[in-house]
Amino acid sequence: MIAFRLDGRAAQFSEDQRDTPLIYVLRDDGLREMTPKFGCGLEQCGACRVLVDGSPEYACTLPAGAVANRHVETSAGMDGAVRRALIDANATQCGYCLPGIVVAAEALFRVDPHPTRDQIAEALDAQLCRCGSQPRVLRALTALAGW
Amino acid sequence: MPLRQPAARAAGANGVGRLVTPLPPGLTTVPSLGRWIRLTDDGRVVALTGKVEIGQGLLTALRTVVAEELDVEPGRVEVVSAHTGRTPDEGTTAGSMSIETSGANLRQASAWARRLLLERASNRLGVPVARLDVADGEIRAPGVNERLDYWQLIDAAFLDFEIPEHTPEKPPAEYRWVGHAGQRRVDVEAKATAAAFVHDAPAELHARLVRPPSVNHRLAELDIRVASPGTLVVDGSFVAVAHPSESEAVRWAERVADKARWRLALRSPRAEIDEQRRAAAAAFPIRDGRPVRGPRREIPTTFRATYSRPFLMHASLGPSAASALWHADGLASAPRLVIESASQGIESLRGVIARATGLDVDGIEVRHVAGAGCYGHNGADDAAFDAALVARAVPGRKVLLKWSREDEHGFEPLGPPMHIEMGAKLDARGRVAAWTHDVYGFTHVSRPSPRAAGVDLLSARLLGEPLEPSPSRPALAPEVGIHRNALPIYAFPAQEVTKHFIAGAPVRTSALRGLGAQGNVFAIESFMDELAHEADVSPDEFRRRHLGQDARAVAVLDAALAASGGLAGNRGLGLARYKNRQCCAAVVAEVAVDDSTAAIRVAKLWIAADAGRVIDPDGLRNQLEGGAIQALSWCLKEAVTFDSEGAVANRDWESYPILRFSEVPTVETVLVDHPELDPVGAGEATVGPTSAALANAVFAATGLRVRDLPMTPERLRQVAAG
Repeated sequence: MIAFRLDGRAAQFSEDQRDTPLIYVLRDDGLREMTPKFGCGLEQCGACRVLVDGSPEYACTLPAGAVANRHVETSAGMDGAVRRALIDANATQCGYCLPGIVVAAEALFRVDPHPTRDQIAEALDAQLCRCGSQPRVLRALTALAGW
Repeated sequence: MPLRQPAARAAGANGVGRLVTPLPPGLTTVPSLGRWIRLTDDGRVVALTGKVEIGQGLLTALRTVVAEELDVEPGRVEVVSAHTGRTPDEGTTAGSMSIETSGANLRQASAWARRLLLERASNRLGVPVARLDVADGEIRAPGVNERLDYWQLIDAAFLDFEIPEHTPEKPPAEYRWVGHAGQRRVDVEAKATAAAFVHDAPAELHARLVRPPSVNHRLAELDIRVASPGTLVVDGSFVAVAHPSESEAVRWAERVADKARWRLALRSPRAEIDEQRRAAAAAFPIRDGRPVRGPRREIPTTFRATYSRPFLMHASLGPSAASALWHADGLASAPRLVIESASQGIESLRGVIARATGLDVDGIEVRHVAGAGCYGHNGADDAAFDAALVARAVPGRKVLLKWSREDEHGFEPLGPPMHIEMGAKLDARGRVAAWTHDVYGFTHVSRPSPRAAGVDLLSARLLGEPLEPSPSRPALAPEVGIHRNALPIYAFPAQEVTKHFIAGAPVRTSALRGLGAQGNVFAIESFMDELAHEADVSPDEFRRRHLGQDARAVAVLDAALAASGGLAGNRGLGLARYKNRQCCAAVVAEVAVDDSTAAIRVAKLWIAADAGRVIDPDGLRNQLEGGAIQALSWCLKEAVTFDSEGAVANRDWESYPILRFSEVPTVETVLVDHPELDPVGAGEATVGPTSAALANAVFAATGLRVRDLPMTPERLRQVAAG
């Protein structure tokens, strides 16, 4: 078995899943961590974003073996101010892109708690949202940043 | 709590007849109170709706409506959404109608529930209803110690009660939640933290499709000597794989795809709405709001301009998905096929799948589970049928089928292109004396329906015994399809508005947010700007001249101008009332156009909107803003193209780019609330006005009039080159 940490707890998957994209390992019956979403499988939409040791990765292409002994964080485990701010602001519509946006924003705010609107937009630029909730995501996060 | 006034009252001085408020249609069809409102033993209220959550915040708004009318805290109310056999059939969730219809049904049902409960409390306490007070479902009377709550008063008669007539509803002046800020969406927390979508449903088998290059291709050869780790389903040209492991299903589908050879079996008609196709179109001039077959009246015009939009995608962020379980040999009373789907019309879907599979309608259960935003008719229904086809091959095992990104981009029903020819004549005072609008295009309406001639589910035509789709026919009801919002909001002394229907689209085309309204309003509001320029009048003044007695439209226009501070600079305006009946929206856009790259950046949008009574101000803003951003994306970036065999060429987000975070403007939204009026739908209201505001702002900034979408840098250069 390959061991890693998932949202702060110990987790593992079998050796033969080493080359399987991480998203399937996270979502399968063993772990059932469903917040990373499959959007494209091409690193083009960001719906599958997770943090691996604090840096944003695309779970749709990252081989699961790459997270051995590392810490994978998903929106489900990010119960801090960023996710709260987005939920409290109803900063989504259908919500399919929301977990990926939470992850990408969390990564930014850990590095810089007071980013500007432009910096937030840049950090989220790989995250697609088709419903058009970007303006309120940006509003919620610039408010959180204290602007 | 004052006694509510009875709805029935004498009408007219002559005393003949009585004006009776009619019941909302849903309660006439399904009068049983317990089908709409239930009180559970654990102190909750369950409200049942046939409409579905598609990211528009509907379940939150309906919860507010029910809580308000019943006088219970919103947190006590759970809204159960579309589930065949359980929720009332309220048709398809489309056309921005859910607040108007389901909201009205649930409001009236809640008013009846409250009335019945208070009548029971009155009997129990010996106190007239008028002296009872309710707070969070607890009933009190002055001077009476005994307290009752709703849940102590329910009995079988309550649930079985048949709503006979309209009962008075709470006056808006007493609202505590409706129209007030602070309504937290009921579904968002779960979507950020847990399994919440049909894509996340537990299942025994994961299924993936092996699609042909296009719907015109058929399977020529499939070498099935591929080692088969799971189930391979081949029915004609419908090919799918299923496996307990999702990653194995994906991998295996790729291997099967490598072994499949396809042949082009059909040729598509041309995609372009060119002169030849326009000449062959069927003309339907609009008479009293309805398209009528026949020649259009010739009205002489002196100014003419032609506008167009390309094929557009819904482009849902999550590829379509559905689950299905086909029971091997169930009880006669139990459903044979159980489906979880993000369909906007579960009742229609059930009917069509019954037809396609030979099952009884009652033998199929469909439950709505959230999908990614669809913005109209996307692949959700198709995926449900795909899942059913796979499930039929593996009875007793629940299958979760997902499309790939390539499937989604390649096979969703597209928003059809539009070609719009405008004409006008100005009088000496700078007013429109004559107006013509000729809109050409393919159908916007091909949702699956049990009443349709064919089976409008993608895979039906691929089966070994194919089930053909319906022939495309012009929609002739008011304000649908091609002619939605073709009638101008303005009062002109002479006008001729004509829908020109072109049969035979090269691909499936169907409802995309706003249907024809986006193209028509883009054309009307761009043309109004062109005419204002010609008349040397400001765009807002020119519109005012033609709004006549439409005080609500004027108020919305004023609100947008007040919020933005006017149209000076690189700004443009767009105005429309959705379907000429629902939400009226005005949009001001401010742009910056880069001289060297010809790229358009939208700096800011101001939106003003009147949707009647506002239920959830934040939810309404979210819908108005979302529609505006989506329209900017369509207008700036999007166009579907086809390869030489008629297959969609844009199969990913690189080849079909949409607006990104760094490209969205800031948005300021002003709501013009009318608590005294019924609410009207708003989810599609901003797509047209925003499209025109953008084009008009680009003209203000550059002097270039862009009439063909999308407004890419290449297009801008073409227009500049003349």
